[in-house]
Amino acid sequence: MPTFVYMTRCDGCGHCVDICPSDIMHIDPTYRRAVNIEPNMCWECYSCVKACPQNAIDCRGYADFAPLGHSVRVRREEEKGTISWRIKFRDGREKNFVSPITTKPWGEAIPRLADLPVPDGNAMNSQLLCHEPDALNINTGLPVMAKNKFKQGVYY
Amino acid sequence: MAYKTVFEDCDILVVGGGMGGCGAAYEARYWGRDMKIVIAEKANIDRSGAVAQGLYAINCYMGMQWGENQPEDHVRYARNDLMGMVREDLAYDMARHVDSAVHKFEEWGLPIMRDPKTGHYQREGKWQIMIHGESYKPIVAEAARKSADKIDNRIMVTHLLRDENHPNRVGGAIGFNVRTGDLHVYKAKAVIVGAGGASHIFKPRSVGEGMGRTWYAPWSSASAYALPILLGAKMTQMENRIVLARFKDGYGPVGAYFLHLKTYTQNAYGDEYESKWYEHTKAMVGEYIDHHPTPTCLRNHAFLQEVAAGRGPIHMVTKEAFQDPHKETVGWENFLGMTISQAIVWASQDIDPKYVNPELTTSEPYVMGSHATCSGAWASGPEDLSPSEYYWGYNRMLTVEGLFGAGDALGGTAHAFSSGSFTEGRLAAKAAVKYIQDHAKDKVKVSDRQIEDLRKVIYKPMETYQIYRNEIVGGTVSPHYILPLHGLQRLEKIMDEYVGGIGVNYMTNEPLLKFGLEKLKILQEDLEHTGAEDLHQLQRAWELKHRVIASECVTQHTLFRKETRWPGYYYRGDHLKLDDENWHVLTLSRRDPESGQWEMEKAPVYHIVD
Ligand SMILES: Cc1cc2nc3c(=O)[nH]c(=O)nc-3n(C[C@H](O)[C@H](O)[C@H](O)COP(=O)(O)OP(=O)(O)OC[C@H]3O[C@@H](n4cnc5c(N)ncnc54)[C@H](O)[C@@H]3O)c2cc1C
Ligand code: SF4
Ligand code: SF4
Repeated sequence: MPTFVYMTRCDGCGHCVDICPSDIMHIDPTYRRAVNIEPNMCWECYSCVKACPQNAIDCRGYADFAPLGHSVRVRREEEKGTISWRIKFRDGREKNFVSPITTKPWGEAIPRLADLPVPDGNAMNSQLLCHEPDALNINTGLPVMAKNKFKQGVYY
Repeated sequence: MAYKTVFEDCDILVVGGGMGGCGAAYEARYWGRDMKIVIAEKANIDRSGAVAQGLYAINCYMGMQWGENQPEDHVRYARNDLMGMVREDLAYDMARHVDSAVHKFEEWGLPIMRDPKTGHYQREGKWQIMIHGESYKPIVAEAARKSADKIDNRIMVTHLLRDENHPNRVGGAIGFNVRTGDLHVYKAKAVIVGAGGASHIFKPRSVGEGMGRTWYAPWSSASAYALPILLGAKMTQMENRIVLARFKDGYGPVGAYFLHLKTYTQNAYGDEYESKWYEHTKAMVGEYIDHHPTPTCLRNHAFLQEVAAGRGPIHMVTKEAFQDPHKETVGWENFLGMTISQAIVWASQDIDPKYVNPELTTSEPYVMGSHATCSGAWASGPEDLSPSEYYWGYNRMLTVEGLFGAGDALGGTAHAFSSGSFTEGRLAAKAAVKYIQDHAKDKVKVSDRQIEDLRKVIYKPMETYQIYRNEIVGGTVSPHYILPLHGLQRLEKIMDEYVGGIGVNYMTNEPLLKFGLEKLKILQEDLEHTGAEDLHQLQRAWELKHRVIASECVTQHTLFRKETRWPGYYYRGDHLKLDDENWHVLTLSRRDPESGQWEMEKAPVYHIVD
């Protein structure tokens, strides 16, 4: 199966259940541990792997083309702002990569729009979206096209 | 079934909290300060949609601040890639706003790589910029979370509601909570659909346990098309399904390889092959083959012909580029950032692209509106850019009043990608706020009757299972009912064999399409006997129903367009050539919600850019 759970590491917290976009990580009612209930609808997106505080989830490539013996492990550390990958080949070779996940601390950089001044009535009738034109970083205003140039049919 | 009914009255309901939905919630709050904005999302917005795993590039960025591209350049590019068939008004409109969204992403903490020499964003190609995008979706979701009044995760929306006070107006949406089973009824003055594209409509190349390894996410279940279709909204370009050339089995992206790493392809014998198919392609599509860059479908066409001629597999030549350690890192991180499976495939097969040139493949077809393709709903454009046929008052409003679309849901807006989908959500939301303000006196009516009728339909698969569960053999076999997986496999087989999937080398014709429609009709009858053992299976049952409705639409469109406009995406064997004289038009469909009959029509293509 694509994702699988090391039963001895899992404590049944449910973070993987909460995050899986495919709704396939579930808690087994008998063992109280997480289990992938539908491996053939897993995308190997690693959302559950990254979310697990116990590092209890791993992926084993799809049986229809991936031979055994490989691994792709990941560690996402929000405090450090990094994500680290370790790829192990079937023949034992290894590759490691680290990259940033954000340049700002989580949860602080995005303002609440409700706290900004209310836009004036005319703005509603313009073609501008919020923060524009400033956020476009150009001083020519929003680009427009002249309607009399529109042509119908095969052209160009 | 003793599930509760939970009512929610709101001004704007956003269905699907992916890139488009998050953009919509954000913008709606800015203009509609006192409005109630709710998102109903099937998964969890932090990691939902096509960007759940992250992305390594933002594929649509103009760079107007550095004079890199202007919106008209983007229109020329998108229409060239789609062989003339895009909504230029929508494309231009998205392109003129998209930079402001990308600048916000950076301000919110998304790491965008910069060119050390120029200080500009690092380009992967003319339109793409490179990011460290593992956390792209959680960052964008945070903006939505800070804007919406309420986010209901794990709600599978099954139907849009009709406003009984006004003909042809939306009144909200209904669905069930996949965890509690409760029925959720949202009455809304405006609804924005951003429920993503469609995978698993055609039979995938991966089989058995691996069937989830499609290029587009398996949870992209065509709701964005089925929801508006069921309410009678017009659709466009649904025949324009997409086939992708990708690394074999994992479907790892090739964009950065071609554009940034400057790799190239060759056949099994080490020969360049694309140019050999020039005359052949020219005979089919005429001068379109001389356009630059070569349209995506025509590159597929050369790939498919070369393989059919017995000179496959096609390889990506990576051995040269990967001698540079920087390029090697970019190559691997590209997968880790958006298609982790490809790293698994290579690790498990000891494929190190530094020493081996890996194989490529063409994928099964997908239906979506935001990539190198533009299937989706027919929508109004903006007032200042749209010819009268394309304009009915509110930007991105569909042909059902009060109903808006964004991202994959919208037809005619190819090459929007993640940033453009977010931008379209913003455009739709501003227009939705205006729509609500203009119709402030209107009262939306959704009767108990409408809700009760839908409740019965929604839970029916669970009841079917309850009735027949004692007669099921071997866990899956029953003479009375089918499982959602059975239905999915039948759908994929029908679409593959009759509507131009991998099994027939993307080839179809009028008799095949008509057979296909008959079989889809019978499949729909059988789906009345789908059994769902639990809420998870109930979700799968509804995803399947949405896929089948969208598939029917795709088949109707493919039958209507009597030409092969996009060789490499699909072929009409009975009309093998592109036919500009009769078919330089957009195709439109509408399914009558009462009778289920489809009506097809043509709409003119307007070129607003030279
Ligand atoms: C492998 C891959 C690589 C890509 N690479 C790039 C790239 O490099 N750069 C780039 O810019 N773009 C890229 N894209 C494209 C980009 O991801 C999409 O264009 C974009 O995400 C589309 O946005 P959307 O809002 O329409 O759909 P999505 O982001 O898919 O959102 C749809 C949402 O609707 C929800 N939903 C679906 N059905 C229902 C329902 N019935 N009820 C409630 N909710 C529902 C889903 O859970 C999801 O959250 C890539 C896509 C993939 C799959
Ligand atoms: S890898 Fe993704 S799809 Fe698979 S179980 Fe984990 S979260 Fe779900
Ligand atoms: S997140 Fe990890 S520990 Fe928690 S239930 Fe899932 S597998 Fe178990």
